[in-house]
Amino acid sequence: MTTMSPSERSIQEKPAQKSAVKKAARAYINPYLAGILLGVVLFMAFFITGNGLGASGGLNRMLVFLEDLVAPDHINRIPYLIGLAGGDKNPLDSWIVFLTVGTIIGGFLSGWYGRRLKAETVKGPHISSHTRWLMAFLGGLLMGYGARFARGCTSGQALSGGAVLSVGSWAFMFAVFAGAYALAYFFRWEWN
Amino acid sequence: MTIFPLPLTELLGHWGSYIVYLFIGIAFGAVLEMAGFGNSRKLAAQFYFKDMTVLKVMFTAIIVAMALIFAATALGLLDYNLIWVNPTYLWPGIVGGLIMGAGFIIGGFCPGTSLVALATFKKDGLFFVLGVLSGIFLFGETVDRFSIFWNSSYMGRFTLPELFGLPTGIVVLLVVLMALLMFWGGEKLEQHFGGKDLAKAPKWRYGAAGVLVAGAVGLIVIGQPTNMDRWQAIESEKQTVLDQRLVQIHPGELLDTLHDTQLKVIMLDVRDEVDYNLFHILDSRHVPADELPGIVDELHLEPANTLFVAMSNDEKAATDAWKFLEAESLPNVYILEGGINNWIATFGDDDLTKNFNRGAGDDQLCYIFDSAVGSRYTASEPDPHAFDLIYTPKVQMELKRAPSSGGCG
Repeated sequence: MTTMSPSERSIQEKPAQKSAVKKAARAYINPYLAGILLGVVLFMAFFITGNGLGASGGLNRMLVFLEDLVAPDHINRIPYLIGLAGGDKNPLDSWIVFLTVGTIIGGFLSGWYGRRLKAETVKGPHISSHTRWLMAFLGGLLMGYGARFARGCTSGQALSGGAVLSVGSWAFMFAVFAGAYALAYFFRWEWN
Repeated sequence: MTIFPLPLTELLGHWGSYIVYLFIGIAFGAVLEMAGFGNSRKLAAQFYFKDMTVLKVMFTAIIVAMALIFAATALGLLDYNLIWVNPTYLWPGIVGGLIMGAGFIIGGFCPGTSLVALATFKKDGLFFVLGVLSGIFLFGETVDRFSIFWNSSYMGRFTLPELFGLPTGIVVLLVVLMALLMFWGGEKLEQHFGGKDLAKAPKWRYGAAGVLVAGAVGLIVIGQPTNMDRWQAIESEKQTVLDQRLVQIHPGELLDTLHDTQLKVIMLDVRDEVDYNLFHILDSRHVPADELPGIVDELHLEPANTLFVAMSNDEKAATDAWKFLEAESLPNVYILEGGINNWIATFGDDDLTKNFNRGAGDDQLCYIFDSAVGSRYTASEPDPHAFDLIYTPKVQMELKRAPSSGGCG
């Protein structure tokens, strides 16, 4: 960088001038710092409410709410769904729904502050956006299915259960990492 | 009495308490976004050893939260019995975890991070969230086909200290050390595969690691409160309740609550097996004092409308059980007034009460039985309409503080 010719320097400066109009995104914070902050949030959740964090439970209830609007009789025939929205039960009447709504608001606020609100598709360099969307949908499908199967996702099971030393949560956490690492080689075209 | 977790519903009302969760959610979402978890490539890089942010953030969060939680319980500020510990369903959890691992590497998010991606307008995040909703929908439609497996290997509230038979403090220290070892390994991998310059990583992380290790050692020294410690913390308040006889309920009240369809009554008969076999109330559960600690977790999972009634021949053993359960923060525990002796005196027919033993000692059965037929007496299930008893009702159901479902319900 020290041996830069004047012409090269002017090229370098151009994007900098442009970003003065539209400022560049701020950098992500250090992972360990983020971890400490997340740990404090998780602790406060347990300390104040007795509950940990979660995400899939909230999405689940929002979906069941929609299902209940469309096909209430169907809900009343499946034991698993009756527990959430059978009869006059309101599936949105749960703390996890509010936590999930908060998560979206918090993500938006932080993205806004960090100038990272940008409509884009994040993908590896060798695939098209459409492929990425398809893979995102398929991955989400597996995630949603697996999260209900395991009674919790990475937040509700691994993070929350891990911090309070639940045996099942630790077994679950290692299974998630094992599953992802086992398949990583076969999907490197998607990311690298 | 430990103050935390707060009885939110009592303080803020049913919907009001949800506002607290909204704010916790905002903090949660903001931290995830700041960490870079709205970016699928950054998340996926974890599995190619290029960027170990997922590992670092997750395990730092776990060990920090864990250390703070167990420090708060050790100091008597937080009640571990009242916080939600995910019950273990071992094999469904592992299978679900493997499916999710596949979803992670294919889709690039987990449910929480995809919400943050969606909130920052990432299109792949939107498609992922739609996928999650579809997956949840499919699960709801198919779970009935394998519900036996899905409900198998249930171990209840089962924690690592119980698994290893080690004190909580030592487990906390081991988990902290394991995480630090993983961070060290992760940084080496990042250097090798991701070409990251370790010299740029902040030096304060060593200090933070030191604080955590020292804190964990401190937890070993302090130890977690025992049932005795917990009782002593509430003794002055609870002894008054006992002395004023606010929790000793009349046999007539127990009979009426047994026939109250809005309540679930669990009767805990703490006498020895001989007395239990001679006579007990129908559906009462035989739980000798030494077996009580083993069922506390299970009792905590009972629904909010559960009434627990401890009983012995008189009241002594039942009162000890009551103290034990109160110290474990179980809500709505009562004692049968005068115990089984009083129950028999109230509901027994002449045939049952004729052999009265005047020499019976304190808290001993004061009737002599010809045979041990347990609950096959009419007095074991008296007809509530056959008796017109006058008593002062004492049962007041309090709101449950312990969550009965986690973030996944």
